[in-house]
Amino acid sequence: MTNRLSSAFAKGHPALVCFVTAGDPTPDATPAILDALVEGGADVIELGMPFTDPMADGPAIQLANLRSLGAGTTTADILRIATDFRARHPDVPLVLMGYANPMTIRGPEWFADACAKAGVDGVICVDIPPEEDPELGPALRAKGIAPIRLATPTTDDARLPAVLEGSSGFLYYVSVAGITGKQSAALDSIEQAMQRLKAHAEIPVAVGFGVRTPEQAGPIARVADGVVVGSALVDLIAEHGANAAEPVRKLVSALAQAVHSARKEMA
Amino acid sequence: MPNSFRTLPDERGHFGQFGGRYVAETLMPLILDLEAEYRTAKADPAFHAEFDDLLEHYVGRPSPLYFAPRLTAELGGAQIWFKRDELNHTGAHKINNCVGQILLAMRMGKTRIIAETGAGQHGVATATVCARFGLPCTIFMGATDVARQQPNVFRMKLLGAEVVPVTAGAGTLKDAMNEALRDWVANVHNTFYIIGTAAGPHPYPELVRDFQSVIGREAREQLLSRTGRLPDLLVAAIGGGSNAIGLFHPFLDDSSVKMLGVEAAGHGLDKEHAASLAGGRPGILHGNKTYLLQDEDGQITEGHSISAGLDYPGIGPEHAWLKEVGRVDYTSVTDKEALDAFQLLCRTEGIIPALEPSHAIAAVAKVAPTLPKDTIILANLCGRGDKDIFSVAEHLGVKI
Repeated sequence: MTNRLSSAFAKGHPALVCFVTAGDPTPDATPAILDALVEGGADVIELGMPFTDPMADGPAIQLANLRSLGAGTTTADILRIATDFRARHPDVPLVLMGYANPMTIRGPEWFADACAKAGVDGVICVDIPPEEDPELGPALRAKGIAPIRLATPTTDDARLPAVLEGSSGFLYYVSVAGITGKQSAALDSIEQAMQRLKAHAEIPVAVGFGVRTPEQAGPIARVADGVVVGSALVDLIAEHGANAAEPVRKLVSALAQAVHSARKEMA
Repeated sequence: MPNSFRTLPDERGHFGQFGGRYVAETLMPLILDLEAEYRTAKADPAFHAEFDDLLEHYVGRPSPLYFAPRLTAELGGAQIWFKRDELNHTGAHKINNCVGQILLAMRMGKTRIIAETGAGQHGVATATVCARFGLPCTIFMGATDVARQQPNVFRMKLLGAEVVPVTAGAGTLKDAMNEALRDWVANVHNTFYIIGTAAGPHPYPELVRDFQSVIGREAREQLLSRTGRLPDLLVAAIGGGSNAIGLFHPFLDDSSVKMLGVEAAGHGLDKEHAASLAGGRPGILHGNKTYLLQDEDGQITEGHSISAGLDYPGIGPEHAWLKEVGRVDYTSVTDKEALDAFQLLCRTEGIIPALEPSHAIAAVAKVAPTLPKDTIILANLCGRGDKDIFSVAEHLGVKI
């Protein structure tokens, strides 16, 4: 099946996946920041849904959640941001990332339907492991939205098939056992993990957590199908607030160059 | 109605629609390991023997069952009996669970312990068992709670624990739990998380309940041997609900025994409170599905209670289920009512209770006068009030 997500990983170069938190610093500021991600060369946009209790996130994204909720961001705002993004960028895949409670509070069918109407391509829910898939997975699949799962250094070979079952779009490899934005993984451990994951996964594998600079992203892109950058962008938004679009575009541009050309340099 | 109320959770860790394992993938393999290890331990007589030995000789169990004559006379109705878990080593019921969990941690070869704490009782109990077994210990505690529970912070430090104040959010129990989960995810290979209440991802609600059920098993035997009968009503305070489920669970299939869980109504149910069952609705937080205080978008709202041990915006999933099936009744009492009950017990029985069981005592004070004198109320006195005298003095306008 060809769709926006599979196309993003079939461009002949590794994909750059960029994360920002919706509504950070305000809902009004997010569209310009999303446009900057696209202009800079991001292949997939990951839009974080703020939550009061972001248990898997480090300080940078925790603060982004607080800024967004402090500015009054609601689920309706996030869906409107997504809908408007889809109108401006018909071909760029958009993925929502967040926690189970805001996604399921009105029922999984409601959320899946709202995502479909807003033109969302995939959903990453941090705290719904495969064991609790009935909570959200069936509703997303029924609406043609990709449930994107996470694999981690603790996900062993015995468990990987269960993680991949029912997921689509891409597999998000969390390269460190830890929270977002903290330490980064050694390149050889990522390379080993990729060999292991690719033996099981028929979908592309993107690597994230702790990737901040073009110098880190390039080498990872040589071994992975995609690279995810989040906290470094969120830090720029923290620093520049409503004027963050330009510095975000610059960093994304440098990251995109490193990621997109990674395999050429190798050859 | 099911044939038995004591068969859950199911194999996926669900109590009806509640419970489950809503955790990040990094933790999932460890949660599965913990469940497997717990199944093995549960079937191992040596594990039970060591647990029972520590409870008897280290914790000081069985705790007494005490008939409260002057409180009974003052309220003028049902007989009031207390399960005296405040007499345990470390002053609360929390130690029962910590002994069980640290034995599990050692079976799993873990070398470092973390825990969250609200009032500090669970932190003290965790620091205590860590000192007893020589394991390093880090306790996450909301910065607000650090300020209002200084004596317990000092106790934890004396016991060798590192206390990490958490400034995120309102700096209370839920924020401490978030931070403990973040630490666990980053140190998953060597670290065991001793969760203090009957909540969190499966198998925690089950194993915490099992370790705390010593309270109800003892109370049932003690009352039968003293009076030849079962109680008519059990009463216990509920934050996450570990002391209540520990008292209730062994009685769940005794159909003549009514049960009342008491949530913290804070300033009142129409104002700031921590009564998740009365004022919340089902949602997902901290690894389980249960009743939560939250807004229409599923953002979690802060709980408030005079008792730092009760101001958590959720409740253990088994309580959520027991409410839905109607086996246990739940009510709530305000800060003011709990303070009055605190003083009532001091004055009538010479027992200074913690603010948590003061909520249970307040509910007892409301219901006892309405019941005949031959009925028996058994309430869980799950903690002593030494830690609370400073905040009580402040609320009463007394300078110490």
